[in-house]
Amino acid sequence: MLDKNGIAKRIAKEVKDGYYVNLGIGIPTLVANFVRDDISVEFQSENGVLGMGPFPFEGEEDADIINAGKQTITTLPGASFFDSALSFAMIRGKHVHLTILGAMEVAENGDIANWKIPGKMVKGMGGAMDLVASAENIIVAMMHTNRAGKSKLLKRCTLPLTGVGCVKRIVTNLAVLEVTPDGFKLLERAPGVSVEEIEKATEGKLVVNGEIPEMNI
Amino acid sequence: MISKKVANVTEALKGVENGMTFMLGGFGLCGIPENAIAELVRLGIKDITCISNNAGVDDFGLGLLLQKHQIKKMISSYVGENDEFERQMLSGELEVELTPQGTLAEKCRAAQSGFPAFYTPAGYGTEVAEGKETREFDGKMYVLEPAFKADFSFVKAWKGDEAGNLIFKGTARNFNPCMCGAATITVAEVEELLPAGSLDPNEIHIPGIFVQRIFQGESFEKRIEQRTVRQKS
Repeated sequence: MLDKNGIAKRIAKEVKDGYYVNLGIGIPTLVANFVRDDISVEFQSENGVLGMGPFPFEGEEDADIINAGKQTITTLPGASFFDSALSFAMIRGKHVHLTILGAMEVAENGDIANWKIPGKMVKGMGGAMDLVASAENIIVAMMHTNRAGKSKLLKRCTLPLTGVGCVKRIVTNLAVLEVTPDGFKLLERAPGVSVEEIEKATEGKLVVNGEIPEMNI
Repeated sequence: MISKKVANVTEALKGVENGMTFMLGGFGLCGIPENAIAELVRLGIKDITCISNNAGVDDFGLGLLLQKHQIKKMISSYVGENDEFERQMLSGELEVELTPQGTLAEKCRAAQSGFPAFYTPAGYGTEVAEGKETREFDGKMYVLEPAFKADFSFVKAWKGDEAGNLIFKGTARNFNPCMCGAATITVAEVEELLPAGSLDPNEIHIPGIFVQRIFQGESFEKRIEQRTVRQKS
């Protein structure tokens, strides 16, 4: 079974040379730490920066340079700043190659819910609805089950949706899965995790074809 | 040169009234019109509708207007950092319209650009699209979103000149340029107000035509919401 860093490490392998990538808050943010340093990748933050760098050294924070999580950041050579409309033009216009975000629920038809728990959480969707509706390539990073032990990979989402039929790939602490017309297709197992354990933790339809390899991370 | 310069924040906010709709720039606490917000608090005008990506924190930004119950309705994409906001929303004192962030920006830009509405894929099939017109283009579904209508836009820029030309800094740019010229009157507060001719026309982000009033902000606290640093190795 993987921890959050393990999930981020596995997803980092999906980041290819020349990609512009938008990282959501939480596990997705960690992906930046594991991207190979022999490839060229630029991270976009929807509040208006492309070419995001690491956090600043103490004393070098700039209130005018933050990421979408409102954290102080730095920029790398080649970086640029832009307004919010242009930022979402990059996203809606499919100029950003890969979006990695977290989720509370994903359904076997590719629906995703990650912004609202009725009567409980009223924080808002931020840029998530624009991201999931537009991106060609969306990877969801999440734990396979919630804190109560219930599956987050469902037949149908129960929470208010963020987007419909948009998720293509999911990386959890247990597995790598692809959303297909037949259901969640199991691609890889986390180290030490059996197909049976994954089946038990998946409420939606799990498609298992032949031998499922263990992740190589 | 057509001068847009006004002496101070009081002059800049002349004409604001109870019940008006305001656009306010900023992302979190980054690039917010601090001086205009302070003046709105001082004036005590009520029943306002605020179009702003976020709602500030409890004791800064739009949180200051929430504390005084001056806001009737918020139109935002993310309001997670404000306990008083959540309390007023759950108790029904405050009306809230949550809008996807890209749609929020584009509704400002549409108002700025003279488009009555636009189609976006964001929110299709979700509660955001309920009651809205939808249409298929090339096999994909889109939601029709109308442009915003507002009385005042309050924006914050780094440098500006008397002609109302603006230059923003870093990610403090965010929604500010999209809101310029998107309301009946756009009020820009700047850290540095310079004579016309001081800024290189090549470097202007927003031309003065989109700005009706410009003033030098008295002070900018520029509070950091999530100070995050790394250790020197």
